[in-house]
Amino acid sequence: MGALPVATVARSSQVPRPGLVAQGFILEGPLSQPKDLLCVWLRRQLAEPARTWFEEQQAKLAGGASERDLYLALGYVPRKLGKDDLALQPGDLDQAAAARPGWDPRGLSVDQAARLVFLLEAGGAGPAFAERFRQLCRTADLGEAVAFYRGLPLYPAPELLESQAGEGTRTNMRAVFEAVAHRSPYPRERFDENRWNHMVLKALFIGSRLAPIQGLDERANASLARMLCDYAHERWAAGRPVTPELWRCVGRHADEAALGDLQRVLATGSSVERQAAALALADRRDPRADALLAGAPELAQAIAAGKLSWDSHAKQL
Amino acid sequence: MFIDPHTHMISRTTDDYEAMAAAGVVAVIEPAFWIGQPRTYVGTYIDYLSTIVGWERFRAGQFGIRHYCTIGLNSKEANNEELAEEVMAILPRFALKDGVVAIGEIGYDEQTPAEDKYFRLQLELAKELDLPVMIHTPHRDKKRGTSRSMDVVVEHGIAPRMVVVDHNNEETVQEVLDRGFWAGFSIYPSTKMGNERMVEIVRQYGAAGIIVDSACDWGISEPLGVAKTAKLAAERGIPAEQIRKICYQNALDAYGQSGQIKESDWLDPPAIDQRNLYEGNSILRGGREPLVEAPKVKRRAGELIIE
Repeated sequence: MGALPVATVARSSQVPRPGLVAQGFILEGPLSQPKDLLCVWLRRQLAEPARTWFEEQQAKLAGGASERDLYLALGYVPRKLGKDDLALQPGDLDQAAAARPGWDPRGLSVDQAARLVFLLEAGGAGPAFAERFRQLCRTADLGEAVAFYRGLPLYPAPELLESQAGEGTRTNMRAVFEAVAHRSPYPRERFDENRWNHMVLKALFIGSRLAPIQGLDERANASLARMLCDYAHERWAAGRPVTPELWRCVGRHADEAALGDLQRVLATGSSVERQAAALALADRRDPRADALLAGAPELAQAIAAGKLSWDSHAKQL
Repeated sequence: MFIDPHTHMISRTTDDYEAMAAAGVVAVIEPAFWIGQPRTYVGTYIDYLSTIVGWERFRAGQFGIRHYCTIGLNSKEANNEELAEEVMAILPRFALKDGVVAIGEIGYDEQTPAEDKYFRLQLELAKELDLPVMIHTPHRDKKRGTSRSMDVVVEHGIAPRMVVVDHNNEETVQEVLDRGFWAGFSIYPSTKMGNERMVEIVRQYGAAGIIVDSACDWGISEPLGVAKTAKLAAERGIPAEQIRKICYQNALDAYGQSGQIKESDWLDPPAIDQRNLYEGNSILRGGREPLVEAPKVKRRAGELIIE
């Protein structure tokens, strides 16, 4: 992140509301840093006196404020700015992805966005940042924890934050877990196989979703497939439902036993369960899997025609 | 709807949360306090404070109850001066967390010089951060300790309306109300206040300034103290409006001065709080499907099935 050029204020005619450009509300181009985008979105949304407070605090922190200043600024954020959802506009997501591939700011609130700006402004770099991040997470309230973990893809020295990110996935507070796991490129990029696998499994244990996890397909592995099949068997033995999302992480690495599980789901499952089993079998690209899938021709055709995909499946859950 | 403005939920079970929610408790306030076993490291204090601003808040939300807390160094542990110094240094980091409605519970236990010193320092912190104060009045030498607590508050230039003096009884209530402080009463079996006595106090003094709480903790205590007192008061002819004040509105008015507790928090919470604090089962009214299940009584040996 640090290597990227500083954001440029828009100067071209592409910007739909020219007045805003002059006021510094809109940035243009893929070279904006995430922090600058967050600032633009916040300043666009905040009314006075919140906006002035935000700008003053940011300037103060940028000028090298003390530890106490940072803690107080972070603490005051919801009191001063409120907790409305951050109102994103068309094009914002593209700018976000251009500034930081994989970054998805949907679902952020105003207080979370401002806390990220302050932390990015005053957090330092390298090991100093990592230590500060660790300290902040240790004493965070729930809202702060969610904000700090949502910033994982944006921080300097991401390789030093992996252990603390792991702490975030160990929590049973679902919102905190999801702040690490969902809509973030960080786990996909940084977690080793064991941490990744346990994050996926933990999502199921706390009733969270898999679809918002980035990299589910590319990070699928044989060990995870086995863990998930074992988990499904535990659930079946206890007479509890098994979320059909799970099969997405099984298909590519399905062994003989897993194919048997998929066969079972395809034969006896509900509609969304059968769809998941069919998708998993299609992922396998293997004659045995193809033979099983042929037993459900309507699903096989829907997949082949592009009418049934993991994305369309996730929308039904 | 009830608010229980003094509960130590970290010591309570999920059964208690279920029972409180079913009885109509929409919000609880968890004062930082003494956990029975003295803490001897600032690190354990930090983890405790992190728990009441974090995990416990989440836990309450799972039952549809809004959880707030107060931050402070309690009077007993103020006597461990080495610990007290370190705790004072970290309190500002916690006092501005989301849902912190006061500095508390602070005050006197044995009325030692150390207790006095840290009580005063924390009053100054409350003043600096413009936060209300929750005062724990001592169990022993209560009457004098209560008067002294109020004297010190006044000496530090804090308005009585910013201060809740808790654990009152028949002997202290008159002076607390006369001096313009909020008077808290803890409906706590055998030691502090019973609810029949509470009803008589309301009959005598009216509802203005009076706040009922349970102070439920790790001892033999009653998390339904507020709800049961409200019901008893109604049965004994206390007007509904007075009951609403002592079991809901007065606590909201007193701690609402922090800006951190509002009726809309449970009637129409911000979307972000709905996503983060009420995920799963909830009795949310703010747009999601409500789920109010009749609570099952689980603590019966005859209830055999565990799913």
